[in-house]
Amino acid sequence: MTFGAILTALVALLFLGYYTGRKRSISLSDKSNQRLHSLPQHYGYLIAFWSSVPALLILLFWSVLESSVINAAIVAQLPAQLQQLSADELGLFINEIINLSHSSAPISDDVKRHAVLYYKELIEFSDWVKSIVVFVLAFVAMFVALAFVKPEMQARNLVENLIRWAMIACASIAVLTTIGIIFSVIFESIIFFKTVNVFDFLFGTHWSPQEAIREDQVGGSGSFGALPLFVGTLLISFVALVIAVPLGLMSAIYLSEYSSLRFRSFAKPVLEMLAGIPTVVYGFFAAITVAPFIRDLGESLGLSLSSESALAAGIVMGVMIIPFVSSLSDDVISAVPQAMRDGSYAMGATKSETIKQVIIPAALPGIVSGVLLAASRAIGETMIVVMAAGLSANLTFNPLEAVTTVTVQMVTLLTGDQEFDSAKTLAAFALGLGLFLTTLVLNIISLYVVRKYREQYD
Amino acid sequence: MINNTKKIKNQLAKRYAKEKRFKVYGLSAIAVSIAFLLSLLINISTTGFPAFQQTYINIEVDIDSKLLNLNDKYSEKALFRANYRKVINQSLKTLFPGVKGRKQKKALRQLVSKGARYQLRDFVMNNPSVIGTKQSLWFLARDDVDVFMKGGIDRSLPESDRRLKNFQLAWIDQLLAENSLEKRFNVNFFTQGDSREPEQAGIKGAMIGSLLTMLVTMLLSFPIGVSAAIYLEEFAPKNNRWVDIIEININNLAAVPSIVFGLLGLAVFIGFFGVPRSIPLIGGLVLTLMTLPTIIISSRAALKAVPPSIREAALGLGASRVQTTFHHVVPAAMPGILTGTIIGMAQALGETAPLLMIGMVAFIADVPQGVTDPSTVLPVQIYLWSDSPERAFTERTSAAIMVLLGFLTVMNLLAVIMRRKFEKKR
Repeated sequence: MTFGAILTALVALLFLGYYTGRKRSISLSDKSNQRLHSLPQHYGYLIAFWSSVPALLILLFWSVLESSVINAAIVAQLPAQLQQLSADELGLFINEIINLSHSSAPISDDVKRHAVLYYKELIEFSDWVKSIVVFVLAFVAMFVALAFVKPEMQARNLVENLIRWAMIACASIAVLTTIGIIFSVIFESIIFFKTVNVFDFLFGTHWSPQEAIREDQVGGSGSFGALPLFVGTLLISFVALVIAVPLGLMSAIYLSEYSSLRFRSFAKPVLEMLAGIPTVVYGFFAAITVAPFIRDLGESLGLSLSSESALAAGIVMGVMIIPFVSSLSDDVISAVPQAMRDGSYAMGATKSETIKQVIIPAALPGIVSGVLLAASRAIGETMIVVMAAGLSANLTFNPLEAVTTVTVQMVTLLTGDQEFDSAKTLAAFALGLGLFLTTLVLNIISLYVVRKYREQYD
Repeated sequence: MINNTKKIKNQLAKRYAKEKRFKVYGLSAIAVSIAFLLSLLINISTTGFPAFQQTYINIEVDIDSKLLNLNDKYSEKALFRANYRKVINQSLKTLFPGVKGRKQKKALRQLVSKGARYQLRDFVMNNPSVIGTKQSLWFLARDDVDVFMKGGIDRSLPESDRRLKNFQLAWIDQLLAENSLEKRFNVNFFTQGDSREPEQAGIKGAMIGSLLTMLVTMLLSFPIGVSAAIYLEEFAPKNNRWVDIIEININNLAAVPSIVFGLLGLAVFIGFFGVPRSIPLIGGLVLTLMTLPTIIISSRAALKAVPPSIREAALGLGASRVQTTFHHVVPAAMPGILTGTIIGMAQALGETAPLLMIGMVAFIADVPQGVTDPSTVLPVQIYLWSDSPERAFTERTSAAIMVLLGFLTVMNLLAVIMRRKFEKKR
């Protein structure tokens, strides 16, 4: 049976389990003339759980392991000289076998034909055993659970415990995700830093990963200097913040202090629309419209601008993060107690003086944390820079030139066809580690600042 | 004394002017943002709008069995393999007699799309009786002709700077004079998969891919996210170390760059578990992890907004905590939870970067049939097309963006409507 068919059957079993469990609890209480401890459906839920969930877990587990076990079995029965091949070539060979097994064309090569036949045999065998194991487990679990059903059984408590554990498991996925991220970047990065010195990576000024793909130049010491990428990322993020912070902050001030309720209810959603537009759209707009516009503008002023200038990507990114700055600042400005405003007005200050000298200083921690979050957004932003910024690693602070960023290099390093453990792909993970740590630190600082601020007024 | 009053009055005027200026700054900041948004939308829709039309060429084709290289038996296989290209080329030659030179002949063949032969094939296979007759048929025009028809090629440019040369323009003029060139609604754009030829390329493959990916994402992220939120909001013990760790993690994951989730998918799902690349299943898994924090945070807010009196009343009547939560609190919070889920889904629908990492960026012409077929998604399709130099692809990129923004608008409107309904109830 296929995966889908087994899954459907298990869902059917789930309903069957519910129905029989419910029925059995009612008939048992009728027979023994004893009140049920819980509602009949609780017994149903319990039986439904035991009749499908363990079997489902086994099914998932089996399906995950199946392909690697079968591949190993095929490799084991190949002739000796084929087994000598490198892991990549073996992978290719196995892929070919799998593809051949799906087509009906005759196979001329003897070794391959045997392998295909063996593969088909194994798949069929595995399917059989899988179906049998899953269904035997499902039925055994169901009947054992049914045997436990008694009127005095505390079915509701058991079901509620199951639900609680399921919810804890769901909540823990967040932790697992973080662990997964850390492990996936750290393992590959450690392998990378075995070939490339950490300091060469952090402070080297020459980035050209292409060279390293050639056999005679593996891990060429000068080619993985990531400093130009870090500088490029900071440059573009800086341009973005120069755009976003004044615009976002002024918008927030106007919306929370000056605007009428009607204008606010129109302008706020419109500003938030900027955050809802997919980044790939911004990237396209930056590459097709903004970059040529800025280049022409620069030329008319007598400046020589690259058409992939950091300026264009930075400006568009800045517009993208305006809503982050504005909505966070809006929240903290609204949270400033009215008494502080009233005090300032009573001293004869105008509204703008109150804002500049009372409200902003009071709201500053919140604003700073908003800006930090926006900065972490800008540093991690990918599509705009992939589409509108350059690929060549220039070490420059001039926003009129083309620079490349960490995220651009990660995308270019990982979207080609190369083996998984080449220095090139590993470098992408090392960059990912840097990116993750940078944004993590920014987030933690910003959360800390917000917490500290809250203590002052609550 | 008078002097001082004057001084203060002068100062006051300055201060009021400053006040006015400050207000104008605020208003203009909002105006700049809105102007940018408008120019983006207007720019995209003006470039994208022409892509909803497509130029067709009317040609009288002589469906001659000799040209088709058919013998007398018209078996299905023979009809499938017949030489339709020759028929079309011959018809073009009779339409424009006297074309000389290799370059011009090649240009003549390239008036119609490469897909024209398959169109003719399907036509003949559906009614084999047309063999031996002359038929007047509409074929897809090449992208250059299409771009010209939409005013994308300037006639006044010197010939060497133009994609279409003078002799090609003469053909187009002749076709126009005969009413044999026509712009129609571009059905192909919605019914075809990706293609290397811009005139044949459509977004159906990407749309189905997006749909399947979103399906996986929703089936996983909604139950997991809501259960996590319910646990943290209703059941989790206060001041428990594990619960604190979970909360910090969720807040932090919400701000992790999306590309890092792509790395996670690449290393864990593809590298460790051996899930194949480029399929909606893995795209959905990665996007699930990415949207979970959004869903959890907004669901918690919705649960928090349920008045405690509801809980107390249910508990007072003897319901267990699980019953209270699932029978009373969650239904009351459902509109808010759904709003958060829709916003999370909208985020996932527009996401590109993590999907590039897990190989959903390959050229795939077929429309995916299930969650394990290689496919691409709408934003990635936009990224792929935006890289193509052909002008007709720029137009299609904008049109695909319009479709994507359309979907996002619908989803967000849905969220707004739900929020309104929710607020009215209170």
